[in-house]
Amino acid sequence: MSPIRRTIVGRGLPLPGTDIDTDRIMPARFLKSVTFEGLEEHLFKDDRLQFPDHSFNQDRYREATILVVGQNFGCGSSREHAPEALRRWGIRGVVGESFGDIFLGNCTALGIPCLTVDVEDADWLMEAVAEDPEREIVLDVENREVLFGERAMPAMIPKGHQEQLLTGTWNATFVLLEAGEEIEQVAKSLPYVTGY
Amino acid sequence: MAETLLDKIWRTHTVRTLPSGQTQLFVGLHLVHEVTSPQAFQMIREVNLSVRLPDRTFATIDHIVPTASQLRPFGDVLAEEMTVHLVQNCKEFGIPLFDLDSGRQGIVHVIGPELGLTQPGMVIACGDSHTGTHGALGALAFPIGTSQVRDVLATQCLALDKPKLRQIRVEGELAQGVYAKDVILAIIQRLGVKGGVGYAYEYAGSLVETMSMEERLTICNMSIEGGARLGYVNPDARTFDYMKGRPFAPHGEAFDRAVAWWKKMATDPGARFDDVVTLDGRSIQPVVTWGINPGQSVEVNERIPDPADAPEADRAAWAEALAFMSFEPGQQIVGTPIDVAFIGSCTNARISDLRAAAAVARGRRIAKSVRALVVPGSQAVAEAAEAEGLHEIFQEAGFEWRKAGCSLCLGINEDKLKGREICASSSNRNFKGRQGSPTGRTLLMSPAMVAAAAVTGEVTDVRELLR
Ligand code: SF4
Repeated sequence: MSPIRRTIVGRGLPLPGTDIDTDRIMPARFLKSVTFEGLEEHLFKDDRLQFPDHSFNQDRYREATILVVGQNFGCGSSREHAPEALRRWGIRGVVGESFGDIFLGNCTALGIPCLTVDVEDADWLMEAVAEDPEREIVLDVENREVLFGERAMPAMIPKGHQEQLLTGTWNATFVLLEAGEEIEQVAKSLPYVTGY
Repeated sequence: MAETLLDKIWRTHTVRTLPSGQTQLFVGLHLVHEVTSPQAFQMIREVNLSVRLPDRTFATIDHIVPTASQLRPFGDVLAEEMTVHLVQNCKEFGIPLFDLDSGRQGIVHVIGPELGLTQPGMVIACGDSHTGTHGALGALAFPIGTSQVRDVLATQCLALDKPKLRQIRVEGELAQGVYAKDVILAIIQRLGVKGGVGYAYEYAGSLVETMSMEERLTICNMSIEGGARLGYVNPDARTFDYMKGRPFAPHGEAFDRAVAWWKKMATDPGARFDDVVTLDGRSIQPVVTWGINPGQSVEVNERIPDPADAPEADRAAWAEALAFMSFEPGQQIVGTPIDVAFIGSCTNARISDLRAAAAVARGRRIAKSVRALVVPGSQAVAEAAEAEGLHEIFQEAGFEWRKAGCSLCLGINEDKLKGREICASSSNRNFKGRQGSPTGRTLLMSPAMVAAAAVTGEVTDVRELLR
């Protein structure tokens, strides 16, 4: 059983932009590997080359563990290489306005909570963190809240994901295996499994 | 109570409710490819687990295969290494692999339906975001990440939250020169790239009902571009006709029993949806994207919009897209010069797509400045096209006729854009860097529109060439 994720506390890394897809997070050419090792070196590779002041190029964010994003972050490809690279870089939690569905699920599967907050809060947090990068953000998974300085922001996380994080069961394999015989029974009840 | 297909498949595949409140869902078909699976096989090996139902698991190789020459070992050592791993993993765990010499290899979302592996009423999973494609047959097909590939390999199950359901009704019929690709691009334009987050899409209405299976596959394929994890069309007589005789479909009396079950799995009349959206098919025009996400599109005869006119929340994104594309607000999309034309991908590389493109290419030559590729979605598509002589039509027009694979859809084999090239593409994503060059630019459109752009050298309303 993995340790639980009740709160994540750490410095923030603001990454403005909408619809940042997983091809941008991890360009496809780096998927040509049979392991996830060393992926963090290629995080946002092309964006970072194009924009020297990209947040991931800035030393003042090197200690950050919480990524602050905008709208529809992580849309597109299902590649788990994207959250894996973020995790390997040191990211432990993400807060933003909204997320691509598959990305959010992949993050949970790695024990990384993705919390959504209102657009006003997301915009405010983006600026506030840039102004004060040494101040810690608190992602309160249990009470669905994000705290930064004096401000407390109500947050959302899908119920099932929240439970997985709070009970340390985000590696679903062993939980699913517990069903044992029941899996066989469902299989046997399905016409396409039994040859119709 | 009246149920939807989503309700019925969910109910019949539920193993139990998990402590987290999620559902443990049985997966009837697991499709595997070389890019997202090696780490998952390694993970199950590390904890001494095996593949639970290897006979409900099938593998192909598509993303990294070269499409010019497919002789092994591949010139690209990384691609060769991934291939070797896939072959070994399949052998070790007893998983059937449609390898390059099988005659059945191709893009995972093309071969599943084509071989009859994909069947109505199934839960399907694949470590690829376009898995929703298989929903065209009336299945629930979930795109999953590598951790979930591990879960399915080891347990044949997934832990999932049931999505909400939106019915998208498209009524009427399409005008000549307007295709299924235009329908889905129009849907995404209208509902936005995140409009579907948290939803499954049921595509219905008179237009969808009269569509061929291949057209339905194109529509379901791009559900993910609209933010929906999956989409489906209820199984009907067309679906059953399509299934008949496919290698992995039931045969004889079993087929008749299957049809009876498939019929029962369709959405009941009067079933309730969380949301319903209706579109008029007759008003849909050929669509072309101008930006860096699939929702940033216009009708072919429209002008590229001005970020000043964008909804507040989209203004910065539109400006960023225009800057990346080097387009001006108010510029016509028609007449945009292109460098590359790509007909391929799991969206539009089936036989009907190649026929539509060949109808435009026939008797014409591609523009001198254009490099053009046709990459069939599978070996079976290639064979069918060659039997009809489509490859000759393309070659005579100056297109390269390639072997099956994902190719320039994501540019991780040798097929890539160079520098800032602009590509007219029948694929599904126009993200920055998607086609293998960090600064390369992609215009998404139907395969016929790609062929039209190839022969004129610029974005062209295909209807002018069809007259
Ligand atoms: S054709 Fe493109 S979108 Fe489809 S599976 Fe291959 S890479 Fe993915």
